[in-house]
Amino acid sequence: MYRTTFAGLLGVVFLFGVTVVSNGQAVQWEQKQVKTPRERLAERSFPNVTLTTHKGKKVKFYDDLLKDKIVLINFMYVRCDGKCPGTTANLVKVQKLLGDRVGKDIFIYSITLKPEEDTPKVLAEYAKAYKVGPGWQFLTGHPKDIELLRQKLGFIDRDPVRDADKSNHIGMLRWGNEPHTLWAGCPALLPPAKIVKEIGLVDWPASDEGALRKDARGGDR
Amino acid sequence: MANISKINRRAEKEKQQAAKNRREIVAAGLSRRDMIKMGLLTSAGLLVPMSGLSVRARTSAGRFYDSGSGSGPSSPPTRPFVQPFTRMTVKQPSAVLNPAPTAIPNAAAGEGRTITHQAFNQFAPTRFYEVEQRLANISTHPDLPVQPLWGFDGLVPGPLYVERYGRPVLVRNHNNLPANNGGFGKNFVTTHLHNGHTPAESDGNPCDYFTPGQFYDQHYPNVLAGVNSTHQATGGDIQESMSTLWYHDHMHDFTSQNVYKGLAGMYLLFNDFDTGDETTGFHLPSFGDGVSDDSNFDVPMLFSDHLYDSQTGLLAFDTFNFDGVLGDRFLVNGKVQPVMHVHPRRYRFRWLDAGPSRFYQFFLTDTTNLNQRIKFHQISTDGNLLERPVEVESVRISVAERADVIIDFSKYAGKTLYIENRLEQEDGRGPTGKVLPAGQGNLILKIVVDLPPIADNSVDPATITRFYGLPDKTATPRITRTFNFDRSNGLWTINGRSMDPECQEVRLRISKNSVEHWIVNNSSGGWQHPAHIHFEEFQFLSINGAPPPSTGLVLNGRKDVIRLEHNMQTKTFFRFRDFVGRYPFHCHNVVHEDHAMMLIWEIVDGQGDNITNP
Repeated sequence: MYRTTFAGLLGVVFLFGVTVVSNGQAVQWEQKQVKTPRERLAERSFPNVTLTTHKGKKVKFYDDLLKDKIVLINFMYVRCDGKCPGTTANLVKVQKLLGDRVGKDIFIYSITLKPEEDTPKVLAEYAKAYKVGPGWQFLTGHPKDIELLRQKLGFIDRDPVRDADKSNHIGMLRWGNEPHTLWAGCPALLPPAKIVKEIGLVDWPASDEGALRKDARGGDR
Repeated sequence: MANISKINRRAEKEKQQAAKNRREIVAAGLSRRDMIKMGLLTSAGLLVPMSGLSVRARTSAGRFYDSGSGSGPSSPPTRPFVQPFTRMTVKQPSAVLNPAPTAIPNAAAGEGRTITHQAFNQFAPTRFYEVEQRLANISTHPDLPVQPLWGFDGLVPGPLYVERYGRPVLVRNHNNLPANNGGFGKNFVTTHLHNGHTPAESDGNPCDYFTPGQFYDQHYPNVLAGVNSTHQATGGDIQESMSTLWYHDHMHDFTSQNVYKGLAGMYLLFNDFDTGDETTGFHLPSFGDGVSDDSNFDVPMLFSDHLYDSQTGLLAFDTFNFDGVLGDRFLVNGKVQPVMHVHPRRYRFRWLDAGPSRFYQFFLTDTTNLNQRIKFHQISTDGNLLERPVEVESVRISVAERADVIIDFSKYAGKTLYIENRLEQEDGRGPTGKVLPAGQGNLILKIVVDLPPIADNSVDPATITRFYGLPDKTATPRITRTFNFDRSNGLWTINGRSMDPECQEVRLRISKNSVEHWIVNNSSGGWQHPAHIHFEEFQFLSINGAPPPSTGLVLNGRKDVIRLEHNMQTKTFFRFRDFVGRYPFHCHNVVHEDHAMMLIWEIVDGQGDNITNP
């Protein structure tokens, strides 16, 4: 039961109406329930905007980058004036630890907070400088779309002054498993091995407590 | 129904207007100073809650966090007060557990625990329970579809444990949650008994989680603090008695999602004074059989707020909101806006704010006479009886805080009262501090005083001059430590640092049976934090530099949550004793907690450390 297959999960649609509710409202809701929670989450939180990768390729945020994948997402910008505390360098180590799964079922996305400055060419040079491997894309796009993504993914501060300071949005790493609607986050500067174990929490069910999370529990306790 | 849709249309229009106004403010490039000058922004950085600017200025609608777009959804309409209030199901013990519980973790049989019970022999359990976390299809309101929630024993809230001091119990938790989470939630769990004086391995540490198919034995000795230290001769310090506890999932990174999905319940502790029988002890209203109108006058109430998807009607969690999530539907014991019928007599209500992020200030409102100030008695804070009852007209609680109150309905025979939340809160960061006028808050529970008169053997709380005394807080601390709750680089932090997700980084070590002073501060005027420490209660030494007011006995009481309001500075007294092990200290806005506003501390047999800013 626990090892539900990925394909099986995709086929699941919630069915209601089996339970009788006194005034018949449940029947109405059954007819309305054409969308799965996964689809509703995508509609609410993952605008399918077009972005450009550091290799110059046009991609759709949901269709091409998230759908059916485990992903790590952070926001960054190249000319950080010394404020960015080495997040990219840390994620390079995470990528190494994740090994060949990056690019296969796990993908890393770094979205620029300064799309006006960070053209695909600038991002390509940045990626090269950090020796970023395949399966990790730096993304830029129309400022309006970038801003929409930032809002929808919650890289924001309610205080408008703090919100305007882009360095306030670089500390968090979001990760999730799109088909399993499992999303959480952690500080982007955690030790790389700990980040890998964190991501293990959204690994495919068959891998639970598997590769990414061995020794995660107990430890020296 | 027509009326509701009219209100919704108005709310929608207001939202659109608010969004437009905000877009214009942004487009105009106004500086913060300009905005403050124009009265659009408070000095704390909040948009002034005037109609047409804040989407919640006039409505109480929750929404997905939209940061200014103002276009977040609301729940589908639900008719208020059309379903009955329900009491929690009392948990029944099991005669035998198979396999029998063992002090050493029974990994071979599938136990997820990794640490040996430290007090299993000293406080050998005499009562055994078996509970399972599982999927449950539950109706929260007849106008909504049946919800695929996660509940203990398939109940939301979970079953009510009714326990007594001096009777150790063992609860075997089975994780039977499905892989499919229906939109949010993680099917790994760890159950925390909130403010239990519980050995660390049974406390529900966020890293002591167990996975589907596994079980975990939790040993609750139900002993008073001091039992192994300051008050061995008396079996603990009676002044440390607790009465209203709760339990909830504490899975690291996923507590907010899992608790919102239903994994929470309550746990009562009686003793020879607070007996549950109004003819004995303190003569507080009887718990009775816990279920029937004519016997149960001591009623636990778990408050939560939900947001339902406008299209599917299903409970929705805003996964990408890291400030905290608010709902626009208010539930008591798992039902949206229920109706309770009571006798014209005294009742004890035990109020719990189960979050995830909302603060409440409860008043009793008679909607036919809004000027009436209805008084009642608060008898406890965070589940601990005060020195004596305090007459109040409202009670404010933040997430995880509890307040027991006694309300005398004999004065309101034939009338209808509402429990109304009048505390304004616009987003997950905390309330604005404004208390709304009567009738303009959230009416949550309708109470109709229409059951027939019935005997009342409880005493008038106004005549109670003493419950327990307060533990001495004059002892010299071994160390004074400081904790600043803050935010940096988009992260919630304590002393600028985040939680170690493996719970292995111990930020401070405390000598067993020692006294410490903790200075706990909120560095911000923009958000509030209900800071919760596991295992030991504290007493305030000062709040914002002044000793707690002597007239407000509530702030003199023992607590386990420091409600850190804007820029608040507190100094607290702790005595750590009896058991050893690792416990968390964290923000109980569970969204903040999941975004790393937590640290691990440890009680050790040897010498603690001298770190003053852990």
